[in-house]
Amino acid sequence: MRATEIAQIINAEIIVGKEIAYDLDVETACGSDLMSDVIAFVKERVALLSGLTNPQVLRTADLMDIRLIIFVRGKKPSEEMIQMAREQGIVLMRTHDTMFVACGKLYQAGIKGDS
Amino acid sequence: MIIEYIIPRLDFSAAGKASTDMKHRLTQLGLPPALIKRVAIAMYEAEMNIAIHGDGGRAEIEISKDGITTCFIDHGPGIPDIELAMQEGYSTASEEIRDMGFGAGMGLPNMKKNADELIIQSELNKGTTVQMHFRLPAGEP
Ligand SMILES: Nc1ncnc2c1ncn2[C@@H]1O[C@H](COP(=O)(O)OP(=O)(O)OP(=O)(O)O)[C@@H](O)[C@H]1O
Ligand SMILES: [Mg+2]
Repeated sequence: MRATEIAQIINAEIIVGKEIAYDLDVETACGSDLMSDVIAFVKERVALLSGLTNPQVLRTADLMDIRLIIFVRGKKPSEEMIQMAREQGIVLMRTHDTMFVACGKLYQAGIKGDS
Repeated sequence: MIIEYIIPRLDFSAAGKASTDMKHRLTQLGLPPALIKRVAIAMYEAEMNIAIHGDGGRAEIEISKDGITTCFIDHGPGIPDIELAMQEGYSTASEEIRDMGFGAGMGLPNMKKNADELIIQSELNKGTTVQMHFRLPAGEP
């Protein structure tokens, strides 16, 4: 599924990477606020949903080749994070849905878990 | 070649920089992406542990024809029971640390999974040394 379609499903605003979101294809997702869990369980290229907004989320994404990060509960990334995402070529989105609701909508739309 | 990094205590915007920098260096050396990913993941976890649990410390990375050896040294509180600390899900991280995204208790297991060798030495109130080795595939520089 294109990242732009994902944005539509969860009513998300694309904060960084509008120009690459259309061509970014994501089939699986992982929702977590604990970065070592993401590192332990992510295998494929996934979308990461998180309520955590600190640079560690971007570092984890970089380590795990994650190209799409979705912040839930309306969380806003800092200017530093936006800059890091630009440099890393990562798409950042923000939705007002809670983690549970955002994951539920995406699952229903056909996005699968990663394990 | 030996590279040294200082890892400040509880500095969440600096923590992770050593592994990011090493990832770029290893990429420039032309090493296989799968190996680079393992090194970067394991280093990141070791770095975060020093920043969070070890009171800050340093990392020494040696790259040679035998492979990559990383040594993470701190003079923090030490680990009372290493076997217990190695278990998936075991963590002493505080609520504040969990709010920063850490404390799943998966860091040491992630290091073990990604390194070819992991040696932990620790003494209470003296500090902890975590050494990891990554073999290079035959024929690499
Ligand atoms: N350098 C260190 N100094 C002192 N204690 C440590 C050190 N590294 C790890 N520990 C102890 O071992 C425990 C387990 O470490 P591990 O990295 O597996 O999990 P964590 O750091 O608590 O959480 P996570 O890594 O998943 O964010 C820690 O909670 C801490 O009690
Ligand atoms: Mg840890």
